[in-house]
Amino acid sequence: MYEIRIHGRGGQGAVLAGSILAAAMVNEGNYVVAVPSFGFERRGAPVASFLRMDTREIRQMTNIYRPDCVLCIDPTVGRAVNVFDGIKDGGTWLQTTAKPLSEFQVHEKVATVGLCDAVKIALEIFKRPITNTLMLGAFARTTGLVSLDALRAAVEESDFRDAGLKQNLLALERGYNETTVHRIEKREAA
Amino acid sequence: MSAVLKPKPKAIVCDGNEAAAWAVSLARVDMVAVYPITPQSSLVEYLAKFVADGKLNAEIVDVEGEHSVLSVLHGGALAGARTYTGTCGPGLAFMFEPYLRTPGLRMPMVMSIVTRDTLTPQSVWGGHQDAMSVREVGWIQLYCETVQEVLDTTIMAYKVTEHRDVMLPVNVCHDGNYLSYGAARVELPSQEEVDAFLPPPSVNWHAALDPSRPMAVDPLTGGSGGPGPAMFVRYRKGQCSGMQHALAAIEAAHEDWARIVGRRHAPLVESYRMDDAEVALVTLGSMTGAGKDAVDEARSRGVRVGLVKVKTYRPFPVQAIAKALSGVKAVGVVDRSVSFGWNSGPLYQDVIGALQIAARRPAAMSFIGGLAGADITTDHFGRVIERVQALTQDGQVGETVWLNERD
Repeated sequence: MYEIRIHGRGGQGAVLAGSILAAAMVNEGNYVVAVPSFGFERRGAPVASFLRMDTREIRQMTNIYRPDCVLCIDPTVGRAVNVFDGIKDGGTWLQTTAKPLSEFQVHEKVATVGLCDAVKIALEIFKRPITNTLMLGAFARTTGLVSLDALRAAVEESDFRDAGLKQNLLALERGYNETTVHRIEKREAA
Repeated sequence: MSAVLKPKPKAIVCDGNEAAAWAVSLARVDMVAVYPITPQSSLVEYLAKFVADGKLNAEIVDVEGEHSVLSVLHGGALAGARTYTGTCGPGLAFMFEPYLRTPGLRMPMVMSIVTRDTLTPQSVWGGHQDAMSVREVGWIQLYCETVQEVLDTTIMAYKVTEHRDVMLPVNVCHDGNYLSYGAARVELPSQEEVDAFLPPPSVNWHAALDPSRPMAVDPLTGGSGGPGPAMFVRYRKGQCSGMQHALAAIEAAHEDWARIVGRRHAPLVESYRMDDAEVALVTLGSMTGAGKDAVDEARSRGVRVGLVKVKTYRPFPVQAIAKALSGVKAVGVVDRSVSFGWNSGPLYQDVIGALQIAARRPAAMSFIGGLAGADITTDHFGRVIERVQALTQDGQVGETVWLNERD
């Protein structure tokens, strides 16, 4: 079982990102459950959504406390909540950011980092900082757990129409192409 | 049956609210009345969308409140329509008066309760307290574990409610938040399969309105003289006997579903790894999945633990529960609501009642978790298993344990 926790802020589409990713993974023959976290839906407030993937049926319908991957679709949500809480050793961290890796203190348990300046790209595509589909492209690039084709199909099957659909397909593509992936050397135990 | 078709199932990803809406559409419901309330709102929005898209050919009545929701559906049901609605929490409270009347009039109807904890303090999150508060009103209540089970059960509920020996309304309960918004891979049965499973609406002609046969429904009965008392007793006895017949009707519906659609769900109670179990968990609703994973984890350490999931809560499957639990030494019942009168969970009360007729009566303890949207995780179930194991040693039934007390 692979567990993903998506962190964002109300209005950025963290929950929608979870369902698009779930649909793409199911289209590739996996079992998935996606559970959004529950808070009052306020624009700008930190939100999370949880996604489990497995090759067999998944029974737990609960939040995720020990994620394999944390996917941050907002550049500053990490200041409001501890996005690394409970992350597994050798985990993967995806971050929307304009900064290079050298400016981050990477959490000791993280082994793979994917960075994407999704806000900048989103402003170019949507004229608004909507980063969710961009970061799904970044997820595909960094983890290889879902193909870009399956994500494209899932976006096409969702409720996006016309210009919105075109923009989101472009966002997937650019998120995939413009993500830098970094492998972190195993550090000495403190 | 010659009409049985088994094409490759279509897998979709949807949440429990959308799954219920798909079920309503596949069951060819004639009439839906709606009033939105969290966490049910998206369910009725899906229904409105399905009607607009032509997926559901039903009259959708957008009324001013839940009291009218059920009153409108009474009219529909009395005219012979297959009817549906969904609600929860305060909405259920507001529809209480027509809610009471529905089983008394023996009206077939399916209503989802997208379960929500009740006031007060203010909360809009999941919990079984709303459904539990109406457990003795005469509706059949079925609880779902997964999104797939929400879809399948909502269709099966029509076969139960319209069964000629039952003719009682059914609540299909699915957990607010975890199942209402939790999305999973779901296999969508084909319309041909559902049509083969579910015949056209079976109308309760005894209560149905017919211009060529005018009559008053809901007569004034009771009192201490004339035909009143006996007639009232006849109504009540009929309801109780319909409830008992429902046990067999629920089993038959699940059997037919397995035969036609190819998916089998346990109709009354499901026993999981109970064969040589010494201790058992009893669960209700979406918490069950984490419970089963916790059982597997404990089994891998050699703990002889199993799990009994209650699917049919009203009528309470007394015999099935007693049989499922009669081989164990101790039982931990996990409730997602409280019984204020007993300082325990309501399912716990039912289980210890049923154990009175068990061949061997195990010790049983009450655990309460998942109130107002709180998580019940495998770790919580691990603690329950540990505590119930201790019960097999000393037999000392402790106070009710509140699982999220320090979360």
